[in-house]
Amino acid sequence: MPSVNMNRLFYILILLMSPLQGHSTLLEVGSDKDFRTIMEAVGLAGKGDTILIHSGLYREGSIDIRTPMVILGIDDPVIDGESTYEIMRIYADSVTVKGITFKDVGISYVEDRSAIRLIKSKHSVVESNKLVNAFFGIYLEHCRDILVRDNTIQGNARMESNSGNAIHLWYCKEIQIEGNYAEGHRDGIYLEFVDNSVVKDNTIKNNLRYGLHFMFSDNDLYLNNRFEHNGAGVAVMFSKYIQMEQNDFINNWGSSAYGLLLKEITDSEISNNRFTRNTTGIYAEGVNRTNIHHNDFSRNGWALNILGSCSDINVHGNNFLYNSFDVSTNSSRNYNTYDGNFWSDNTNAYDLDRDGVSDVPYRPVKLFSYMIGYMQSSTILMRSLLVDLVNYAEKVAPVITPHNLIDNKPLMRRIEHDRDSGIK
Amino acid sequence: MRKFIKYSFSDLVRSYWTIIYFLFFAIISSAILYFSADMTKSIVSIMNVVIVLIPLVSIIFSTIYYYNSREFTELLLAQPIKRSSLILGQYTGLALSLSLSFLAGVSIPFIAGGILASEHFLDFLLILLAGTCLSFSMSAIAYMTALRHENKILGFGISLFIWFFLAVLYDGLIMLLLVLFREYPTNSLAIVMTLLNPIDLSRVSIMLGLDISALMGYTGAVFLKFFGTMRGLPISLLSMLLWILVPAYFMVRIANKKDF
Amino acid sequence: MIEIRELNKHYNRNHVLKDISLDIREPGIYAILGPNGSGKTTLLKSIIGLVIPDNGSINVCGTKVSDTHLYRKEVSYLPQIARFPDNLRVFELIKLIKEIRNTEADESDLLKLFHLEPELKKRLRNLSGGTRQKVNMVLGFLFDTPLVILDEPTVSLDPVALGKFKKIISDKKQQGKIILYTTHIMSLVEEFSDKIILLLDGKIIFKGGLKEILDESGEKSLENAISQLVETNGQKGSIRG
Repeated sequence: MPSVNMNRLFYILILLMSPLQGHSTLLEVGSDKDFRTIMEAVGLAGKGDTILIHSGLYREGSIDIRTPMVILGIDDPVIDGESTYEIMRIYADSVTVKGITFKDVGISYVEDRSAIRLIKSKHSVVESNKLVNAFFGIYLEHCRDILVRDNTIQGNARMESNSGNAIHLWYCKEIQIEGNYAEGHRDGIYLEFVDNSVVKDNTIKNNLRYGLHFMFSDNDLYLNNRFEHNGAGVAVMFSKYIQMEQNDFINNWGSSAYGLLLKEITDSEISNNRFTRNTTGIYAEGVNRTNIHHNDFSRNGWALNILGSCSDINVHGNNFLYNSFDVSTNSSRNYNTYDGNFWSDNTNAYDLDRDGVSDVPYRPVKLFSYMIGYMQSSTILMRSLLVDLVNYAEKVAPVITPHNLIDNKPLMRRIEHDRDSGIK
Repeated sequence: MRKFIKYSFSDLVRSYWTIIYFLFFAIISSAILYFSADMTKSIVSIMNVVIVLIPLVSIIFSTIYYYNSREFTELLLAQPIKRSSLILGQYTGLALSLSLSFLAGVSIPFIAGGILASEHFLDFLLILLAGTCLSFSMSAIAYMTALRHENKILGFGISLFIWFFLAVLYDGLIMLLLVLFREYPTNSLAIVMTLLNPIDLSRVSIMLGLDISALMGYTGAVFLKFFGTMRGLPISLLSMLLWILVPAYFMVRIANKKDF
Repeated sequence: MIEIRELNKHYNRNHVLKDISLDIREPGIYAILGPNGSGKTTLLKSIIGLVIPDNGSINVCGTKVSDTHLYRKEVSYLPQIARFPDNLRVFELIKLIKEIRNTEADESDLLKLFHLEPELKKRLRNLSGGTRQKVNMVLGFLFDTPLVILDEPTVSLDPVALGKFKKIISDKKQQGKIILYTTHIMSLVEEFSDKIILLLDGKIIFKGGLKEILDESGEKSLENAISQLVETNGQKGSIRG
């Protein structure tokens, strides 16, 4: 069991390091150790001490940490909230919680009970823990410089109203959320008033609402995450300076399901992502000065749904591959640009001067997408000869679709990004 | 009846037109595969060919075949045989040879192009099934029409109109109804209208596989639930079958009353 | 053998057969004559079951025509126009007809007679009109049936084939069969018809032997006799109408 060995190694390392730290003490918790309960050890631990929790099932209600310390699980100890309590509350800075399984947090409609809650903590680490059936998983409020890494958070939420988020951040700065796995909650990762933070390498699946949810958070980066089969992949709302790169948005299906939902966003960057088989790839409302480039949109229902309230969105260098609709909008005006993309539907492209750019511009908006917006049941006519004729007529002489929503430099070949969409 | 299926099939299978029809599919499929270099696109393109051209070609081919074999039909009917077995036999042989040209013409290039290992294999099977059903159904309609009308121009005209109606006008009618009854829930109306047109039924069944993401939107999910599940499948198949059996029934009725 | 009672047939408003009653019992060669559109082909087709009469009855060999198709086992039919499936070969066609009738027959004599052996493996679409008519003959005469119905059999036959055709017909007559045919060639009728049935506007205006028709009309040639009969009856018809 490599994980056990790792823990042993870490333990030995701590032992070796402890003399250097001077007054650091090691407190061991277990059925045959000095301390039978975690609470006892925590109560006695001094600043910088290390508590080792050995394997076993611990039922101690809520544990409050008010001193900087390291809490390590050895051989997978389990702390049980007995479906009643919030399990661990950290009020101190520089606390490390690692290698522990937390289970069965109590559900409350009044307070957001969580498995691990950090309150006004700085420089803390929550790492390699396993959270099972937590109401809220890891909850950070008013924190700064926290690392949340490699945790597995598994819930079984059924309804939005009585479920919590896997990782929940509120008024935080400089948080790193890396390599976590979150499943079965309301939101996978929720950020509200969180600035200068990074969300990367996480896998977020099967959550009821959003995989990742930003509210009023600025200057954040999320990178190389995988959002699969959530109510919606990612929702970014009322935020600015957000970088969204190299993420996968997959199979986010449903009537209001989006790969990426953008609302009131400015000055952001969406690049090198893959949007695959979502009902809507990107839905944008009130988005300004944002670049969408080098993404692959494959086999989505609607690749881009850009509402009339958006302006200065620059869509360029993307691949649009076999989406039912590439671009749709609700407006007859367009204040965004769409140059230099590859459109698999662009069958009229030709390139006499052989510069890789089609000599004729391409209109990615189909009239039929308006028709579906007007009466949903007309979806049944998709791919019929009649609809093809109507779309064609509109392309030749646009009446309803914005006349300047046009790619003046549609590419002849699909762009080979550094990441291949894998769709053949 | 078996003898008649055998003779009309073995006659047709050797005809230039059958070979041209086979080559048409073989060439168009190869071209699609060659130019798109991408299975999703190829499947979409071949679907369009199948749902538009198979009905058209089946109708034209069947009408020509009926009028051309009119005198021989007369000679056969002077033999001690039942009219129904001759007419049904000829029709079946005809529909079989049309289907075979289509199946072989499409399958050979697509199998060579690697459809067997593709994620679209099921979609492809569905296209083959839909194409075969459409061949049987549209040739039945055309054969029935030709039997009904001795006047070739009239017979041809009516058959072509039926094609145009089912392939284009009918969808316009759906659109019109959906607009008129916009205030009401129209999903069931759309489903029923689709079931009543073999071309639409084929199109929607294939579309489910290709546009599943879009169809997961609210209304789409209703269609997906109906046409994509075990509940809708028997109804779809039954409707398709009726589109073959009902014209075949009228074919026999008309033939029994007809003066040759 | 053939009993027709009060047979009527309309094509839309066109009354093609009007109350036709006809009995044919004696073996022999019967020529059905009449101007174009007088109902000759319709009458033949009614007997063979291709045309379904409005009312009246037809019995062939004691079987009611409208009841079953089985009586056609006793009938051979040679249609006016010979068109066959393009892509079948001659021998396949013969085999097919034998299969359909479920009757053994030996075609080799007929093939020899019409010099068709070299054509056996050819596709039917590659045959000339005359050859096709010969194939038609083979099919029409292949089976040994008591009733033979021929619709304009001599239209595209060359003189040599015509001679052979005549020989087959007289052989059939010798064998005691009933041969019923339509034609416009009076010399053929004069040469070997036992009885003449003359149709005009869907009615039989004359039935009898060659001698009787000449006697009745007072003319010397069959052609004149027929035109005279047609004219007088046509006038009557128009007065009545």
